[in-house]
Amino acid sequence: MLTRRTALMGAAVAALIMAAPAVAGPADDLKLPRQKVELVAPPFVHAHEQATKAGPKIVEFKLTIREQEVVIDDAGTKFHAMTFDGSMPGPMMVLHEGDYMELTLVNPATNSMPHNIDLHSATGALGGGALTHVNPGEQVVLRWKATRPGVFVYHCAPEGMIPWHVVSGMHGTVMVLPREGLKDAEGKALRYDKIFYIGENDLYVPKDENGKYKTYETIGESFADTTEVMRKLIPTHVVFNGRVGSLTGKNAMTAKVGETVMLVHSQANRDTRPHLIGGHGDHVWEAGKFNNPPQKDLETWFIRGGSAGAALYTFREPGIYAYVNHNLIEAVELGASAHIKVEGKWNEDLMKQVSPPGPTPPDKVGAADPVAVTR
Amino acid sequence: MLIVMKVKVAMLAGALATPIAATTFTPAPSPQDLDGAQRLVSTSFSYRAAGDFSRNGRPVEGPLHELRLPADLVIMKRQVTAAEYARCVDEGACPRVSTSAGAPNLPVVGVSWHDASAYAAWLSRKTGATYRLPTDEEWTFAAAEKSRDEAMPLVDPTDPAQAWIARYETESARDRPTATAAQPGGTFGTNSNGLDDLAGNVWEWTNSCFVRVSLDGVQERTTNSNCGVRVVQGAHRSYMTDFIRDPRSGGCAAGVPPANLGFRLVMEPSQPTVTAAARNIAKLLRRS
Repeated sequence: MLTRRTALMGAAVAALIMAAPAVAGPADDLKLPRQKVELVAPPFVHAHEQATKAGPKIVEFKLTIREQEVVIDDAGTKFHAMTFDGSMPGPMMVLHEGDYMELTLVNPATNSMPHNIDLHSATGALGGGALTHVNPGEQVVLRWKATRPGVFVYHCAPEGMIPWHVVSGMHGTVMVLPREGLKDAEGKALRYDKIFYIGENDLYVPKDENGKYKTYETIGESFADTTEVMRKLIPTHVVFNGRVGSLTGKNAMTAKVGETVMLVHSQANRDTRPHLIGGHGDHVWEAGKFNNPPQKDLETWFIRGGSAGAALYTFREPGIYAYVNHNLIEAVELGASAHIKVEGKWNEDLMKQVSPPGPTPPDKVGAADPVAVTR
Repeated sequence: MLIVMKVKVAMLAGALATPIAATTFTPAPSPQDLDGAQRLVSTSFSYRAAGDFSRNGRPVEGPLHELRLPADLVIMKRQVTAAEYARCVDEGACPRVSTSAGAPNLPVVGVSWHDASAYAAWLSRKTGATYRLPTDEEWTFAAAEKSRDEAMPLVDPTDPAQAWIARYETESARDRPTATAAQPGGTFGTNSNGLDDLAGNVWEWTNSCFVRVSLDGVQERTTNSNCGVRVVQGAHRSYMTDFIRDPRSGGCAAGVPPANLGFRLVMEPSQPTVTAAARNIAKLLRRS
């Protein structure tokens, strides 16, 4: 007879069995030192060495998948997101070429769907996707070797609904740094004082017959309508880090004149073209792969959908910079704008307002009708 | 002859205007008599001039003036509602906007200066009274403690970026309403003048044009006046192109935009006053 007590015991045993793989401990076939990294949410990146003299190691990361309802714009539009670690995009994971990543992917029992992870930086098994399917209540540990330096997208890729998971927020970035650090086209070392990580999300939110965004009780209920919007390929929102205005105002990124900032831009699904208004890309790895020399002095750089790119810039003037997707319709109407607040001393050699706005002198060639000016 | 006559009438009208206004307006009717409007007795108030000010070619804050409106101000207690605006739309006098068919108690939002002006003209025709958008001075007086003077901190005049950063930080530090959707009237409280929802999440159009003023020496000199851009008032002052209905920031516009655009109107001295004035003038002219 099944009593309450035996049922509880059964649950306890089940829990033990489920925990067994974790209890078995990490693989020790590689005799390498281990480093455990605590992840931080974008636009920030966990502390890391830019160049290292140490030998290869195993770097341990843990990503917990969270299905959660989020707000994506100032109008309060609600959206059922699927995320790695609760942020859109998922956190950046940094290691060096030759290191191994040991990734624990956790799918809590509170979730409703199976998930997995395809790491563009990894080799084999669909980027790990084929080896990492986890149902709610399961976890998996995957180890892969970092053989190519660069910034790379990772994303969820469950059969039958890959794009839906990706445009619902399940994507992030891995950065594999060369062991000796970054170099310019001439082989000279490059360093950054700060790194910011921007993930661009194209979101497809269904509308009702009155043009109002629809809300759904559960994420599953939103699937059919969302797919219909997705198939038309026109996003309702194009945002940085999960919502309109996530990197503006109080959340604006900050820097100082003279500081070199690394801006990593990741787009798992759709092409984009970052541009720093009032600044440039001093050194840009447009395709994001550090074995290729960076391009110099770019105004706008192209990020292919399904890739990440990186740009280094040393700020020369203070002020408020806008960092945008330079499809300005997407930047201004759909949300893909961020701000960088840069403190420092104004350099009048680089820019000076020689004469402030004022009436156009009537004797100037091409001057406007003075009547129109003084109306 | 005709010209002389006109001048005479004008002079007489000027001479009569003050006493006539005084007799018609005193004693001031109680707010209930004004059909949702409040009469605010004119007192002095401090006013930070709106526009773009510079001294010796460097941006500075607008000067702070002690002002007094020439007459009492009759202003709507609440912002014009979606239902009120919808009636104007139904009669073909106001352009349809996306929120025209809103709930009766919600302010109309997503309206441009042109939409608001069309409503004022329609309401004036319907009622026989003269309604219009307030000036920025009138709005500031009516808003009283809800009007914020966000003077920029003193900054190094040779470093424009400091002023941008200071302004950006001021705007960013402000609590942004969690919901930007229009809220029922009264949600944002009543001010000391008995007016509702000032500086809530709906900014209000004013009739004041954008001006550029140079303050060289003691002289204020307006160098440009652009009535295609009007002053918008609310939790912070903003300048908005008159056909904009939905303000946004982004791209080069690195500021914090108003959440919504709506309006409330002021009522000019009522028609009977003007009629009475005309009648009196005619009488006087006959006598002379």
